[in-house]
Amino acid sequence: MSQTAAQLVTALRRAQRDATAEVTVLADRPDGTVVRCGHVVAKAHPPGTDPAELAVRLGVAAHPRCAEILLPPVDGMGALPDGRQVTLWPYGEPVAPDAPDAVPWVEAGKLLARLHSVPIAELPGPLPAMRGPAKAARAIARLRAAALPDSVATRAVLRAWTGLPGWARGVNRTDHMNKGDDRTDRMNKGDEGGERIGLCHGDLHLGQLIRHRATDWRLIDIDDLGLGDPAWDLARPAAWYAAGLLAAEDWGRFLGAYRAAGGSAAGERDPWPRLDVPARALTVQTAALALAKAAAAGRALDEAEEAMVEASVRIAHFMEAAG
Amino acid sequence: MQCPKCHAPMHTYNRNGVQIEQCSGCRGIFLDYGELEALTRLESQWTQAVPPAPPGAPQAYPAAPAWGAPQHGHHGGHHGHHKRGFGHMLFSS
Repeated sequence: MSQTAAQLVTALRRAQRDATAEVTVLADRPDGTVVRCGHVVAKAHPPGTDPAELAVRLGVAAHPRCAEILLPPVDGMGALPDGRQVTLWPYGEPVAPDAPDAVPWVEAGKLLARLHSVPIAELPGPLPAMRGPAKAARAIARLRAAALPDSVATRAVLRAWTGLPGWARGVNRTDHMNKGDDRTDRMNKGDEGGERIGLCHGDLHLGQLIRHRATDWRLIDIDDLGLGDPAWDLARPAAWYAAGLLAAEDWGRFLGAYRAAGGSAAGERDPWPRLDVPARALTVQTAALALAKAAAAGRALDEAEEAMVEASVRIAHFMEAAG
Repeated sequence: MQCPKCHAPMHTYNRNGVQIEQCSGCRGIFLDYGELEALTRLESQWTQAVPPAPPGAPQAYPAAPAWGAPQHGHHGGHHGHHKRGFGHMLFSS
């Protein structure tokens, strides 16, 4: 157990007023530590998390407009002795990690459609930018820092990255992300995709869905939530599908449920004009992290990681062909 | 004419040359003799005018982007054939 996790356990026991309750560490990574104590879960946010931005995101999760979409927090914020921000949440049952065929794709689509249609003006503000593109940029920085020997894979990933428009690489949000200027900048620039602004989760994957009560699914993890192109939230499943990992039926159920629930981020007919850029960004992000992690662990890529790297190679080829 | 079920007044509508009566209360529909056959005939004409969807393509939009995996359109997306590691990838950033 890391020092952060130990501090979190102490803080949680104190909050629960129960020194004997069983404690489970659900996650203990540099980018987030999560500890469960009975019905309550405490999360220590990554070091460097802006407390003001986190407070706004927490306010959104607690807002009645998001009651059917996001898991509401249990209480206000706190901080650990090491300075990390802490939030408290009700415990919920996650998606079974060993049953990819039992994944709630329809529920995921519905939740995203509802999230994307939340009227921004009614939410607490100023809403920070969605952090999806910034995370993609961080994955590329990690790959560059790993300084791997030159290979077809790393060259293709970096080449595919440079072919993306600025908004998808997070380049327009360097110094002024908490002033709301970012949104105006991108709207004025008219970058394709960047002009569409809505409330986004920013980091959708199946670990972000939990069953709040017996049947109600909710989205969790507000660290990357904010304003941006909602197509980003559809783009990770889109990238899995385009890489040949996600079955056509599952992709169809997810997208169909999203559209049936009023979601508009994928247009009305062919979804790819809207999803192409973010799906390429997430393909490249996943491939970059896979290469960096596999190299650090001294292991080969698994089949799924290989498929994402191959997709990056095809993106790079396609760019060469298209000039 | 009154609805035989809820007795609210029924209104006559013309749908592609077929007269149908619809109840203003329960929205039920009354068809005269031969009208059901007329509607069925119209429906079959309409579906024949639309080219049948190619097999394995339930959506009306392109299956994948230009850089998509080459196996698209060939594998039926059968469950239980996920690649190794995909279960883990589903749950990570």
